[in-house]
Amino acid sequence: MTVNLTLLVIMGVLFSVGVYLLLERSLTRVLLGIMLLTNGANLLILHTSGAPGIAPLYDAARDPSEYSDPLPQALVLTSIVISLATTAFILSMIWRSWILARRDEIQDDLQDRRVAQQSSYDAEDDDALPQDTSEFNHADARFAPSRHNEEEAAESPGHYRAEKFSEARGRSPHDH
Amino acid sequence: MTTDPAQFAPLAVLIPFLGAALNFIIVHRNRLQRGVTVGAMVLTLILNAFMLANVWNQGPQVVHLGDWAAPYGIVMVVDQLSALMLVVSVVVSLAVLIYAVSEGVASGDDEGPISIFYPTFLLLVAGVSHAFLAGDLFNLYVGFEILLTASYVLLTMGGTAQRIRAGVTYVVVSVISSILFLISLGMIYGATGTVNMADLSVKLADLPQGTQMQLHLMLLIAFGVKAAIFPLSFWLPDSYPTASAPVTAVFAGLLTKVGVYSIIRTETLLFPGTQINDLLMWVALLTMVVGILGALAQIDIKRMLSFTLISHIGYMIFGIALGTQAALAAVVYYIAHHIVIQTSLFLVAGLIERRGGSTNVDRLAGMLKISPLLGVLYVIPALNLGGIPPFSGFLGKVGLLEAGVEAGTWLSYLLVGVSVFVSLLTLMALIRVWNRVFLRNVDDAEYPDPVLRATTAEGRRPRTSRAVAGESGSRFSGRSPVVLLPGTMVGATTALVAVGVALTVFAGPLFDLADNASENLINPDRYVNAVLAPVGPGGVSEEGR
Repeated sequence: MTVNLTLLVIMGVLFSVGVYLLLERSLTRVLLGIMLLTNGANLLILHTSGAPGIAPLYDAARDPSEYSDPLPQALVLTSIVISLATTAFILSMIWRSWILARRDEIQDDLQDRRVAQQSSYDAEDDDALPQDTSEFNHADARFAPSRHNEEEAAESPGHYRAEKFSEARGRSPHDH
Repeated sequence: MTTDPAQFAPLAVLIPFLGAALNFIIVHRNRLQRGVTVGAMVLTLILNAFMLANVWNQGPQVVHLGDWAAPYGIVMVVDQLSALMLVVSVVVSLAVLIYAVSEGVASGDDEGPISIFYPTFLLLVAGVSHAFLAGDLFNLYVGFEILLTASYVLLTMGGTAQRIRAGVTYVVVSVISSILFLISLGMIYGATGTVNMADLSVKLADLPQGTQMQLHLMLLIAFGVKAAIFPLSFWLPDSYPTASAPVTAVFAGLLTKVGVYSIIRTETLLFPGTQINDLLMWVALLTMVVGILGALAQIDIKRMLSFTLISHIGYMIFGIALGTQAALAAVVYYIAHHIVIQTSLFLVAGLIERRGGSTNVDRLAGMLKISPLLGVLYVIPALNLGGIPPFSGFLGKVGLLEAGVEAGTWLSYLLVGVSVFVSLLTLMALIRVWNRVFLRNVDDAEYPDPVLRATTAEGRRPRTSRAVAGESGSRFSGRSPVVLLPGTMVGATTALVAVGVALTVFAGPLFDLADNASENLINPDRYVNAVLAPVGPGGVSEEGR
C-alpha cells in the first residue's frame, strides 16, 4: 500500500490540533476540535485506498490495478454527511446555550456537586436508636428532617410550605 | 420469487423510516401523527416477531441487498441474537411510545410544537434496528449515527438550560466515540481491505498479533463509550436523568445495549480469541462496583437508576469475558431482561415524579398510601433487578454465576463473589428508595411539592391537578388541570412490568433460544459460511435455507 506523505502530515496536524481544541472549556472551540478530528479521520480513510488511479468505471481493456479503490471514497462521503449534520446540531446547541445563559462554556452538573457535598451521616439510616418513620405505624415518634441543602431548598417549590409546617411542630427546618 | 422470511429484514429498518418521513409530511396533524407512529411500531413488531420465530433454531439468515455477493455487496444478517434484540427493543419502544403519547395528551400538549417527537422516536428505532441487523462494520457505524443523532434531538427536546447543559456533554462524548469508531474502521479497512464482518472474521486472524491487538482495543474503546463500561461511563448519569421520563427510559433500555451487542460481535466474530478476556474481567468488576457505589450515594431516583444501569452493564461484560457457550447464553438472556426491567423502572420513576412532584427521595414520602398500584409497579421490577428469586434477574445471574464457577480461574471466582455482592448492594439502593418514597409517613417529606400532600375539598386525594392549580410554585400552577396518573400511562408501564414477569414465566423457552444464539456465537464459522455462501435467486444465500 502506498501512502501519501503530505496527506499523512496534514492528518497528524489535524488530529493534534483537534485534540488540543477539544480539551478547551469553550464550546465553540470544542466544536472546532470535533470538526478537525472528523476531517482527520476522513483523511485516514481516504489514505486506505492507496495510490490514486483512474475513475473506477468498468472497462474490459484495462488492468484492474489501474483503478482507484472506490470504497473508501464512498465511506468518506457518508462520514462527511454525518459530520455535517452533527456540526449543525452542535452549533444550534451553542446558540441556544448562549441565548439561555450568555455563556459559551461547558457547565458543571449541580446535582453532582450536591451529592458530593452531602454528609455521610444519615439520621434515618445511621441513628443509634432508629426512628420509625413508617406510614403504617401511628406511633407518636416524629422524624426530624435530616438532610437538606440550601441550594435545593431555595429552588424548591415546597420550601415555604415545609417551613410553615415545621414551625407548627416547633422547630426550624434549618436547625439540625 | 422465494418466500424466505429473512428477506423481510430490511423492512424492520424501512418501516420506521417511512413512518418518520410520513410524520414530517403530516407535521401539523398531531392525532394522525400519533396513529402513524404507533401503527409503524406495531407493524415492525409483528415483522420482528415473525423473523424471530423463523430463526428460532436455525443458523444465521442472510439478505444480500441488491443481489450483490457478500464481501462486495451490503448484507443484513438475522440470527437469534439480533432477532431477539429486535423484538425486545421494539416491544420496549412501543410501551414507551404509548406512555409518551398518553403523557402528551394528558398534559394538553396536543397543539404544542413538540410534534417533532414522533418522527425522531421512529428514527431512533430505525437506527437501533439497523445496528442490530448490520452485516458490516460501516453499516453498524451508520446505524449508530442514526440512533445517536435521533437521541441528541430527543435528549435536548424543549431546549431548557438543564437539557442543553446535559446535551452538550452527551453529544460531545458520543461524537468522540463515533470518531474513534470511524478511525478504527479506517484502520481495519487499511489492514484487511474489507469491512464485511464475516470476511473480517477470516482476514483479521491472518494479521500480526500486535496489529490485531491494536484494532481490537480501538474498537473496544469506541463501543465501550457507547455501552458505558467503567472508565468510559461518566457521561451517562450526567446526561440521562435530565431528559423527559419516556426519553430517559428508552435510552436506558436500548442505547447502551446496542454498545453491548457490538462488543459481543467484536468478541465472538471479529476477534474470537481469548486475548483480552482478563482485561474485560477487570473492567467488568470495576464497572459493577463503581456503578453501584455511585447509585448508593444518590438522592435522586433517576440518577440512582442511571448508576444501577452502569453497574449492571458489568454483568454483561463479565459474561462476554468468560466467553463460554453457557456464559454467552446467560448474557443474551440477561440483556433481554435488563432492557425490559431498566426501562420499566424509569417509566415508574416518571410516574412517581408526576404524582409526587419530584424525583428527589427526600422530597417524597407516603406514596404507597397515595397510590398502591404505583408501589406494586415499583417493587416488582426493583426486586427483579436486585436478583430476587424467582424473577428473571435471578435466573440471568444464576446462569452467569454457574458459567463463572465452571470457568474455575481465581479471577472468575472473584467476579462471581463480587457480582453476588453487587446484586445485594443493588437491592439496598432500590429498597432505600422504597423505604423513603413509599413507606415513610407522608408528613416526613422534606420540602415536598404541594401536589404530594394536596387534598380535594372533600379531603380525598386528588385525581387531577385542580387541587394545586392555585398553589404558588407547583409545577401545575397556572395551567389547566391535568389528570395526575392517566390510565394509559399507568397501563403502558403495567404492560412493560408484565413483560418483565413474562420473562420469568417463559424463561424455559427463552433460555433455549439464548442457548441457540450462543451456540451460533461460539461457532463464528456458521455466520461466516452463511454470509459468504454463493448468492441464490432473490438475494437469499443458499446456505441459510
